[in-house]
Amino acid sequence: MKDILKSFLGVFIGLGVGLLVVVAVGENPLVVLKAMTGALVSSPYDIGMTLFYTTPLIFTGLAVAIPLRAGLFNIGAEGQLMVGAMAAAVLPQVVSSPFLAVFGAILISGIWGGLIGWLKARRGAHEVIVSILMNFIAVGITSTLANGMFKDPDSQLGETAPVAEVFHSVPFSFFAGAPTGVYTVFALFLPYLLYGVMKRSVWGYQLRAVGLNETAATLYGIERGRVWILAMMAAGAVAGFVGCMEVFGNAHKFRMGFSPEWGFSGIAVALLARGKFSAIVPSALLFGMISKGSLALELETEKMTREYAMVLQGIIILSVTLTHAYKKRAK
Amino acid sequence: MKNKIVQSVWVFGVFTIALLNGGIAYSAVKVGLVLDRGGKDDQSFNSSAYRGLKKAEAELKAEVKTVEAPDDNSFEALQRAFAEKKMDLIIAVGFSQKDAVIKTAKRFPEQKFVLIDADAGLSNVQSAMFEEHEGSFLAGVAAAKHSKTKVIGFIGGMDIPLVKRFLLGYESGAKAVDPSIKVLSNTIGITGEAWANPAKAKELTLAQIQQKADVIYHVSGNSGSGVFDACAQKKVLAIGVDSNQNRLRPGTILTSMMKNIDRVVFDAIKSVQDKKFQGGLVRYGLKSGGVELAFDEHNKPIFDTSAKKLIEEYQAKIIAGKLSVPDYYVTSKRK
Repeated sequence: MKDILKSFLGVFIGLGVGLLVVVAVGENPLVVLKAMTGALVSSPYDIGMTLFYTTPLIFTGLAVAIPLRAGLFNIGAEGQLMVGAMAAAVLPQVVSSPFLAVFGAILISGIWGGLIGWLKARRGAHEVIVSILMNFIAVGITSTLANGMFKDPDSQLGETAPVAEVFHSVPFSFFAGAPTGVYTVFALFLPYLLYGVMKRSVWGYQLRAVGLNETAATLYGIERGRVWILAMMAAGAVAGFVGCMEVFGNAHKFRMGFSPEWGFSGIAVALLARGKFSAIVPSALLFGMISKGSLALELETEKMTREYAMVLQGIIILSVTLTHAYKKRAK
Repeated sequence: MKNKIVQSVWVFGVFTIALLNGGIAYSAVKVGLVLDRGGKDDQSFNSSAYRGLKKAEAELKAEVKTVEAPDDNSFEALQRAFAEKKMDLIIAVGFSQKDAVIKTAKRFPEQKFVLIDADAGLSNVQSAMFEEHEGSFLAGVAAAKHSKTKVIGFIGGMDIPLVKRFLLGYESGAKAVDPSIKVLSNTIGITGEAWANPAKAKELTLAQIQQKADVIYHVSGNSGSGVFDACAQKKVLAIGVDSNQNRLRPGTILTSMMKNIDRVVFDAIKSVQDKKFQGGLVRYGLKSGGVELAFDEHNKPIFDTSAKKLIEEYQAKIIAGKLSVPDYYVTSKRK
């Protein structure tokens, strides 16, 4: 409980320092604050877009937080979500049911993630290095496919042909055109579902045991290699949902560079949540709000630009880390 | 009584001022510009559109606002924000904004849009398409006329249809001058980073020069500086793209194939001010000055006069419709 309070305190200090930056560049912090908060909730469309920006961050935040429980640091969510998106864009040509397409896409991104776990477990490669490098491979493969084999001949950009209408997930009409639908609802519940799995299932127990003490877990007969592979598979599958959301719920095709580095923002989301599944949603919401809120900056102010979102995120991460570090020193 | 007169003078005065103010506010055209991820400093089409907007602000006294989209999902939100502010014209730059413009323009049918580089197919949107192949044809003619080795080069950013359109025009221009000419072509990368990788561009250019290329045309955004470096180092010629790059390296840059987005942006704003806005697809080629080769004091000393004459002949033929340059967007669909 005290942890949560510290996090909140950190966020508020971060926001305060962020507003000082605003003063430093010569803008009125009240105008900026009003513009940013107004951009979040002033219309159903704005609410929808805020949730839209939050959803992928919940998925990628989890894709980092799950392996973190097993003691693995997954930098590969970006690659995993790209592989998932490409699979989602291509599978509708093969299968006929939307359910199978989603399942296939997360299976493929899960295998992509699992590969990182396998390389660590069976070949002794470090997961951080492997997952960073796998990102480059994923970008390479997906953009080659998007510009070659699966390219939409009618488009000037590297993107695949649109998927058939049966595969589209229809956004809620309440949001007046924002691409926010079932994936967002699913994302809001997923962390709590996984929290239950972690607490109640054998698999969750094994995963936590390996994360807490590898040697002890091995002595108890838990095969750590298998746990690592499964943890990375789960991470890849969860990241794959971002791809499904993009292809089925938003663009209806794979677009090169569709992700504004959601995979990497996921690391920040998981760290801000301190790896706790229950804190992933609020943490992702904060980052989603900053992403959406910063869109209003250039519209409403003279000097603030889109880069302010990055500045604010950085300051908040730093201040939250510092407030938690302060506790440890005080003891 | 006296009070009443004073009062009415006051009221009259306030009214006049209000009317004048209102009059001034109404005459200024309000324009919102949505740039894509490249931002206004990309030295390419975003920069060019921004220049056009700034010119309109200075010369037409237009009230302008620019936003740079942080990611491809934000286009619609930004366009809608402008539409809700009742802008007279919203200008969206780049093919990647096409889907978003279609959605926003349908939702706000009274709102006027300009979409650069793509066709939205709606009547309240002016879809400005540039005929890059026509300008590239002339670049090819220029390259062929200045090549001594009969080998010319092409460096593209990415292997995408837009770049292939430049390449096909360039090739056909060169082959029109001399059918035996050899065209080397390379692309820099497979991700957006390819448009900002001068080191790789330089490497590829040096490799082409080694294969005897002596005029090299780049279509690679910010990576072009690497092409110019390599060409200056090996004393061969380069051709710039998008804006007039001649002054960047006088003596090395033979000419630039300009895509005059700034002019199109300016003209569109002016057309709204003059109430002559034209919706639908508008093609900007050699004829309307949408694309052209750059001739100025920087390339005059190195540009062959007979080559210039030949280019003018070809240009006249293309404008008159006597010569049609193969368009990759058309030829690729026939396959």
